[in-house]
Order: sequence, then C-alpha cells, then structure tokens
Amino acid sequence: MSDVQVGTEIPPLKFPPISRYTLALYAGASGDHNPIHIDSDFAKNAGMPDVFAHGMLSMAYLGRMLTNWRSQASLRKFENRFAAITQLQDVITCSGRVAEIIEREGETLARCEIQAAKANGEQTLVGEALVAV
Amino acid sequence: MLDRSKIGHEFPCFSADVEKGRLKFFAKAIGETNPIYTDEEAAKEAGYRALPAPPTFTAVLDQESPEFLPVLGLLDIDIAKILHGSQAFEYLAPICAGDRIRVDTRISDIFDKKGGALEFVVMEHCYTNQDDVLTTRATSTLVVRNG
Repeated sequence: MSDVQVGTEIPPLKFPPISRYTLALYAGASGDHNPIHIDSDFAKNAGMPDVFAHGMLSMAYLGRMLTNWRSQASLRKFENRFAAITQLQDVITCSGRVAEIIEREGETLARCEIQAAKANGEQTLVGEALVAV
Repeated sequence: MLDRSKIGHEFPCFSADVEKGRLKFFAKAIGETNPIYTDEEAAKEAGYRALPAPPTFTAVLDQESPEFLPVLGLLDIDIAKILHGSQAFEYLAPICAGDRIRVDTRISDIFDKKGGALEFVVMEHCYTNQDDVLTTRATSTLVVRNG
C-alpha cells in the first residue's frame, strides 16, 4: 500500500511517568511478581536504587504503538532488546519508522525499527517489527 | 557459572486459560485505550472471535507455570540477580479470550560475557492452542548479574 513507505513514521506514543502504582498494576496483571519491581526494600538489598519497571511493561507499550498504527492481525514479528533500566518517574516515549519494505512468502512486509526512550533520549528498548502492509 | 549441561533442557509443559477478565486487567495495566482489547462487541466488529490477547500477552502465559520462573530453581539463580535481556515474538495465529494455550519451553543456550560477570540464558517458547494450532513462537533471554 502506498501509504506505508520506507521512512514512514509510526505515530509515537508518550506515556505518563512510571509510578509505583503502574508497577503494582502490571505485576498483578502480568503475573510477574518478581519483588524487585514492587518491593523497595528488596530492590535496595539487591543493589538497585529502588524498584524499577518490568521490561515487558515497556514492550507492551511498544506493542500498543504498533497496534494503534496497524491492526494486530498484520503483526508478524516483534522483538527488542532491553538496553537500559526504566526507573520510577521516567517518561517513556515509543517511536518507530519503516526501514525497509520486503517481500516474504507472498506478502509485502514493512520492517520497522522501533524504540522506547526516556525524556533525555536514552533508549530503553531497541528492536524491530515486521508488519504486513 | 551456570550449568551448561542444561542447554537443551525442556521444562514440563503446562496449559493456561486465556481469561477475559485477565485480558481486561492486562489492558488496564498497560493503559490500553483501543476498545477491541476491552469491549467484546468492538473485538467482534474488528473480526476477532473474542477479545484478542495483545502482542506481548503470550509472555504472561509463561507466568502461569506451576512453579514461578522454574529456570531459577533449575540453574540455582537468585531472583535478585536477573534482568530481562531481550524478547522476540513470531505470530502465526491469534490468541483470544477462551483459548487454552499449552506452553512448551526449552533452554536453547547459556553463555557468558565480560569474563563471566554476566551470564545469559536463552529460552525458546511455543504456544499451542486447544485446536493444536501453533499460535506464537517466542525467544527470551535472561541476564544474570554475577558478583
């Protein structure tokens, strides 16, 4: 489709500051009860400044950006590495752009470079997605 | 050093129900505003048979394992030392509310960097539905901070 080309920007999504409430909700909803995300005493004993966000919370944010842009049914692959820890009060913005249009198994796919980043620009998640277009 | 002989280890498979209420709770937790993830009518209008599980929800199914993070016990890893290194999903068929998903997980690699200061456990996951359709493949990497 002509509306998706190399260089097309995925509409970015900016999230509210990460709070302890955000992390408590995500721990409950995701089943990831690792105390390092919800128990400050535990996190400090582990050598961390405080509790910090689940990597998968930010990946879910990236997923929201992708499915806001194109329907989930067109998502073929979605991957990222976790490049930096997301701390309390960080404001995360997800963004991405189409890097390449490829043909695979009879489908036209947009290979998108995607990232989550803090307000100071530090990347927290870096990855890519393949989306049928 | 983590026990490299566990490369290839297959964890006992288990099945998890994809519950409608859990999907709504997950949508709330990630601030989802698209109604197809919370409103069954909107989901059906969009062509789904029920509320769809969002793209990262398959990783939630891992947590339904009878033992929480069984890799920790297998490799004698302290939960306070782990970080999530990377995550990848390949989507083959949708997962929706009402599905029952079998989760198969194996350790595909264990390696280290920085002279052993960081160790990495790579796991491959398959998510198969009640009709024996492979819905999703995933690869996750766990990072263990030593010292």
